Amino acid sequence: MIALLIRDLRLALRAGGGFGLGLAFFLLVAVLVPLGVGPEGTTLAKIAPGVLWVGALLACLLSLDRIFALDFEDGTLDLLATAPIPLEGVVAIKAFAHWLVTGLPLVLAAPVLGVLLHLPQAGYGWLVLSLLLGTPGLSAIGAFGAALTVGLKRGGLLLSLLVLPLYVPTLIFGAEVVKRGAAGMAVEVPLLLLAGITLGAQAALPFASALALRINLR
Amino acid sequence: MPELGKYAFAVLASYGAGLALLGAVVALVVWRFRRAKAALIAAEARLAARAAQGHHGQANGGRA
Amino acid sequence: MSIWEYANPKKFIETAGRILPVLLPLAMGFLLIGLVWGFFFTPEDYKQGATVKIMFLHVPAAMMAINAWGMMLVASLIWIIRRHHVSALAARAAAPVGLTFTLIALVTGALWGQPMWGTWWEWDPRLTSFLILLLFYLGYIALWQAVENPDTAADLTGLLCVVGSVFALLSRYAVKFWNQGLHQDSTILKVGEKDPLDPAYYWPLIFCLIGIVLLFLALVLIGTVTEIRLRRLAVIEARERQEA
Repeated sequence: MIALLIRDLRLALRAGGGFGLGLAFFLLVAVLVPLGVGPEGTTLAKIAPGVLWVGALLACLLSLDRIFALDFEDGTLDLLATAPIPLEGVVAIKAFAHWLVTGLPLVLAAPVLGVLLHLPQAGYGWLVLSLLLGTPGLSAIGAFGAALTVGLKRGGLLLSLLVLPLYVPTLIFGAEVVKRGAAGMAVEVPLLLLAGITLGAQAALPFASALALRINLR
Repeated sequence: MPELGKYAFAVLASYGAGLALLGAVVALVVWRFRRAKAALIAAEARLAARAAQGHHGQANGGRA
Repeated sequence: MSIWEYANPKKFIETAGRILPVLLPLAMGFLLIGLVWGFFFTPEDYKQGATVKIMFLHVPAAMMAINAWGMMLVASLIWIIRRHHVSALAARAAAPVGLTFTLIALVTGALWGQPMWGTWWEWDPRLTSFLILLLFYLGYIALWQAVENPDTAADLTGLLCVVGSVFALLSRYAVKFWNQGLHQDSTILKVGEKDPLDPAYYWPLIFCLIGIVLLFLALVLIGTVTEIRLRRLAVIEARERQEA
């Protein structure tokens, strides 16, 4: 399993692997929103939590179809499905690799983009924490969507239509944490719910994703 | 016609839009039903025709 | 009688053909009586004026929009667990109907909200949940249309329906948490409680509710028969291509 993780990471980091694309997209969102909304600091500070979370969501979405698509095309997925490690484990590892390559950089870059968007001082810690808790869930949910659409020729657009509604709870609780944190209010409830969704998704969705992969490989 | 007062637009538009959407979904379902039925009948007729033809050809071949 | 008799498509079509001529007029009749009664013969509400008449479309549509998804969930589970073919097709047939009901609920709600709340749209939990439900329906239908192999499509959409239901429920509570509501609570079951539904509206609403349930059933039956025939058609066409 470790070998699989390292292989996936190496493939993603190689030139053309799409590493950094999500990060660049995240940056673009943080630049485009002020250009569209206007430069007033107070307005930006108000919408910063939501914009950062939506940006992270979309950046995460961007690289989802790569989780299984390449392995499906060259037949590696068939081998993995018959390999001694359970397919559920393969899915979980691949989702984790996706998180390491897209989710983690987003978490690390978020404070910098927070500066661009005039995020209030108190919000930075909560921003990083909420993204750290939320993005693994996004990867797990996204892997499910990717598993559903893996056999399709033009699955990319469909993938976003399927996955984005599933992202709603994570987005709401994540942005709520940052909003409340920035305003100096108590954040325990949304933070716990956010963590709960991520843990639930991590625990249950690999089974659904593996089932979807088996159906698609039939 | 009941007296709707200042809310006439809201009520009439709701009924108009609601009934139009209901009508649309009923029409869509019925249209698809008819189209599928016609296409299936045509396909089965083709199938039957071919089967009959095939038998015919075979029978002829046997005799010759 | 068990549902397994109707796993035989031929039997299902026969039975549907016997039920539908009764069911469809009955649904139309209930709906017509309810709507005409509601539109022409109910008094104005002391608070909401004539807009209360919108209720007779809005409430049944909203109710069935949710129940249609519930029916799809049950049908998907029956398909996934026990491979009941007609069940998968029934779930597929229900999706466009549910989508339409969701749209009706949203549109009539907007038209009702405008005079009552002073806005077409408000990010109220109920309204937002319905918008999210709309997205779920769209995704479900899109997935059905995208996958070519019918059994694979049935499996994948069934899976999506089950997982989506969990997330739809989560979204419902997330949205409740996120914003306080403007939308009033349901009053139909509040008989004998505070602020109940006015008795004058009770019976026409009941008629509309029954009518819309029957209409939904009729449309799903018709849709399922359509799907069965389309699958048979696809088999015949595949055979023709093979022979040609």
